Amino acid sequence: MMTRTTRWAVGLGALLLGALYLLPLWHIALKAPQYPEGIGMYIWVDQITGQKPHDLQNINGLNHYIGMKPIDPDAIPELRFMPVALGALIAIGLGAALWGRRRGLYLWTAAFTAGALAGLADFYRWGYDYGHSLDPTAAIKIPGMSYQPPLLGSKQILNFIATSLPAAGGWIAFLVLALAIALTMREWRLGRSPAPA
Amino acid sequence: MASRTAKWMRLTAAAAVFGVVGAGCGPAGQAGSQAADAAGKVYVSPGTYDEFYFFTSGGYSGNLGVYGLPSGRLLQQVPVFSQYPEKGYGYSEQTRALLNTSYGFMPWDDAHHPKLSQTDGIPDGRWLFINGNNTPRVARIDLSTFETVEIIEVPNTGGNHASPFLTQGTEYVVAATRFSVPTPQADVSIKEFATRFGAMLTFIRVDPTTGRMAVAFQVKMPGYQYDIAHAGKGPSHGWAFFTTYNTEQAYSLLERGASQNDKDYIAAVNWQRAEQCVTEGRGQRTPARYAHNSINDQHIAETRWQTEVTVLDPATCADLVYFLPTPKSPHGVDVDPTGEYIVAGGKLATALPVHSFAKMQAAIQNQAFEKTVDGIPVIRYEEVMKCEVQNPGLGPLHTEFDATGHAYTSVFISSEIIKWNLERCEVVDRIPAYYSIGHLSVPGGDSRQPWGKYAIALNKITKDRYLPTGPELTHSAQLYDITGDKMKLLLDFPTVGEPHYAQALPASLIRDKQVQTFSLADNKDPYAVKSERETRVVRQGTKVHVYMSSIRSHFMPDNIEGIQVGDSVFFHVTNLEQDWDVPHGFAIMGMRNAEILVMPGQTRTVAWVPDRVGVYPFYCTDFCSALHQEMSGWARVSPRGSSVPLSWNKPGE
Repeated sequence: MMTRTTRWAVGLGALLLGALYLLPLWHIALKAPQYPEGIGMYIWVDQITGQKPHDLQNINGLNHYIGMKPIDPDAIPELRFMPVALGALIAIGLGAALWGRRRGLYLWTAAFTAGALAGLADFYRWGYDYGHSLDPTAAIKIPGMSYQPPLLGSKQILNFIATSLPAAGGWIAFLVLALAIALTMREWRLGRSPAPA
Repeated sequence: MASRTAKWMRLTAAAAVFGVVGAGCGPAGQAGSQAADAAGKVYVSPGTYDEFYFFTSGGYSGNLGVYGLPSGRLLQQVPVFSQYPEKGYGYSEQTRALLNTSYGFMPWDDAHHPKLSQTDGIPDGRWLFINGNNTPRVARIDLSTFETVEIIEVPNTGGNHASPFLTQGTEYVVAATRFSVPTPQADVSIKEFATRFGAMLTFIRVDPTTGRMAVAFQVKMPGYQYDIAHAGKGPSHGWAFFTTYNTEQAYSLLERGASQNDKDYIAAVNWQRAEQCVTEGRGQRTPARYAHNSINDQHIAETRWQTEVTVLDPATCADLVYFLPTPKSPHGVDVDPTGEYIVAGGKLATALPVHSFAKMQAAIQNQAFEKTVDGIPVIRYEEVMKCEVQNPGLGPLHTEFDATGHAYTSVFISSEIIKWNLERCEVVDRIPAYYSIGHLSVPGGDSRQPWGKYAIALNKITKDRYLPTGPELTHSAQLYDITGDKMKLLLDFPTVGEPHYAQALPASLIRDKQVQTFSLADNKDPYAVKSERETRVVRQGTKVHVYMSSIRSHFMPDNIEGIQVGDSVFFHVTNLEQDWDVPHGFAIMGMRNAEILVMPGQTRTVAWVPDRVGVYPFYCTDFCSALHQEMSGWARVSPRGSSVPLSWNKPGE
């Protein structure tokens, strides 16, 4: 069995993931001479929004010059799938805390890690697709140039500096993931040492 | 090496500063160190904002100039009373009706006095009102869009000069007759001036939430010239003061005929008493046809024709108006921040008279009258006058105030500003203006709470101050530092049109409430398109409606065929952008009209009547994007009765 502290920590960590329904996961900020005030977008578990009311439309407007597909949240199936996956992850966590067996924690951590990696890989795949699948009739064509946004960090793309970083929800997810891994390691060690007499 | 270069650059910069500020060093040119000091005070470094917005009337341009202070940089011209092809103002179907008057479409006027709306006697940054002098009108400008949103014509008036001065809570803006006329208008001999000519003082009610204006009542006055006004504040709230000249009632060669009396009057009007008389039904409803134009909720100007006004006669509404004798042909009338002192600019007088509101009330109580004119009691001069400021210079015109008990008066003939102590009625400083100062302006200087800091002279003559530009020279403003005991000239800057009055207010009051884009979703123009899919061309008889969209960097449609010679083609252009600072323009070859500039989310319509066969290019006139040059299209015009069908390209084709 997990210690009482671990069970509480797992339960609270799972509940904390509920904040991801209310906070954006990721932020892509763009800066250019024409946009000193910045323009950008937030990726949520179920939507993509501009950092200002019309930013998404304006980003799409700018992207059409290089032939990038418009970012249309309705055309991204992950935005319908992710809320369900997040719900499942929260349920597994809460179940593990209630159940109390170490195997529950291991399952939660494994599912969480797999989900996070899959999410990042998927994010990369979308970024790659937007950056490379370009309309051949676009006005601006630069041989060899692609426009894939960075997964993490900053990158100069033509006149824009694109900066991609976790937003509040993303930081919470990483924090809880780190907690899950730390708890797993702790319980793993406790499980291997002989039980006190 | 680097440091030597830097030193050279510093020296060159210093020389440039001296060159600019010291240009035309005449008798009062500034010495080098003073000039550098002044330059530092007006330097607003690139990318930073000015501290004040400064609104100047455009005079005969009919526009409103917008500057930043202390830099004197021109930020914008807001078209008000004049067609302005640059913005399509007065040309687009959505703005034309703003210029309707009872005389028909009026493409021009002479705008004199911008006045900022007030709450409790302090400018609040909601609206700016400005008068049209020639075809009497008052306009309202919305300070969140810098657009003219309403213009009301003033009936029974000749030359609306004493306008649009407003009461401390923006309850009313006033208008008045500068040139008495037969009231109502009639075919009479000019020689019958004294008997047949009259004047009206007009009170226009302002709705406290929407700002909408409506003529509340007019006060019928003797046929003098009514020149400038100011409303009371604090204790004198409820009163409005108008200067008069030509109490001689001369009707030819006024420069002499109107300058004979030692004293003319300030008319003190108790508008709260007027409200009572109107409520008691003492006003006479009089027929009058005048235009009331405003922007409706579809962002389209519409005209509502008004048919009557309520006229009050002081003879049948006692205690409504009193005359305060005032030397001599007074021009400005200014009420100090406490509301107690009423300063008249006796432009031909040798002393500057200051009236006391408290004394005026006591004199009314004691009936200290010298006579009655047309039912209006004339209070004895010494019973209302607080003091005469001695040695004010020649031709004092207008006075503004600071928060420390000082008044600043512009003096036209001796071309200077005098600073004087209000309590002691003593001139404490004077400084030249270059040249012939008319109005002057202090931020908040006619309010209950002057921000002070600067005085700005609005000069009529510039002669040797700037590079000459043929016979017509620029008018100019001069910025003075009034924070110390001595006024200091900081900056000259040229102005557009001919500024008469001007007002300034702290930028912080309106900077952050500027509209950046109009909401496309809320666009209620009946010809708007919300997306490219809604674009189309519709023929109705000889009218062709093009529902067109613009977005970086194309129009939709951009190929139109089936137009015929003599058609009226209405291009309804909706700017689909929702991004700040991305207007698109529209113009088509041979259009006997102006371009239109369409703000993001907005729809503007311009009419084109092609008179010959051919294919005509149209294009975006505002350099909108990297592919702006590509933002163009063609319209084919076929002969009348041609069988070429109406057709246009659609998105995705």
